[in-house]
Amino acid sequence: MLIAFAVAATVAVAATALMVSSRHPVHALLDLILSLLAVAVIFYLLGAPLAAALEVIVYAGAIMVLFLFVVMLLDLGRVAEEAQAALEPRALRVPVLLAAVLIAEVMSLLVQAPSGAGGRQVGAAAVGGALFGPYLIAVELAALLLLAGLVAAVHVGRREDAGDTRGSGS
Amino acid sequence: MSGAVPMSWALLLALVLFALGLIGLLVRRNLVFILMSIEVMLNAAGLAFVAAGARWGEPDGQVMFLFILAVAAAEVAIGLALVLQMWRRFGDVDADLTGRRDGG
Repeated sequence: MLIAFAVAATVAVAATALMVSSRHPVHALLDLILSLLAVAVIFYLLGAPLAAALEVIVYAGAIMVLFLFVVMLLDLGRVAEEAQAALEPRALRVPVLLAAVLIAEVMSLLVQAPSGAGGRQVGAAAVGGALFGPYLIAVELAALLLLAGLVAAVHVGRREDAGDTRGSGS
Repeated sequence: MSGAVPMSWALLLALVLFALGLIGLLVRRNLVFILMSIEVMLNAAGLAFVAAGARWGEPDGQVMFLFILAVAAAEVAIGLALVLQMWRRFGDVDADLTGRRDGG
């Protein structure tokens, strides 16, 4: 268990360092996804399977795809030329190695303990009970926050009208 | 199966990840990289919450992680909208450009 934690932590730190030092945004995104997946493995090892699943689904899935969309939108002009260089096997060697280590670790964990890593597990039922019990008001506030974020994103991200390049801010 | 992971290890990892995110936030000037570094820092904070929750076997840590998830989603949506708007106006996403708008 401790060895599994050390391996996942190493992968997380290495992937994050690669992300910070990466020059190409798509490479950085892939490194960041790798880091998030490693943290998901650590959540699983800590006995938090729901947090691990949500880390994969929401963080590595939804939020990172949002990033990828924007990166692709911004790099429209350069993508054609850089796509060749970005997909060179040499540039992807270290991240692929880290991902392989992570996959091997998850496989070995599943073989050793298919029903969950040791220690006390706090499952989805307990979290859901707390979420809709004492934290109910916070859940409602999170819903409001997400709605406000949606409205603000639509407002800020709207296309300027032709001729109104200064943006009146309204 | 040699027992649970000690909380200090997980907190140390959270600290390292947070520091890496902070370094990225301070060093990079590309706004997309800055947003990604903020994601790393929020994730490290979530890791600290989950580690603390796991230490006492309580669900509260994971509940806080869920709220961090919601905050991160809202923050990313607005941040990326700002990045898109900046790309339309300046043709670049360099953070240094924001102070010089209209010669200001």
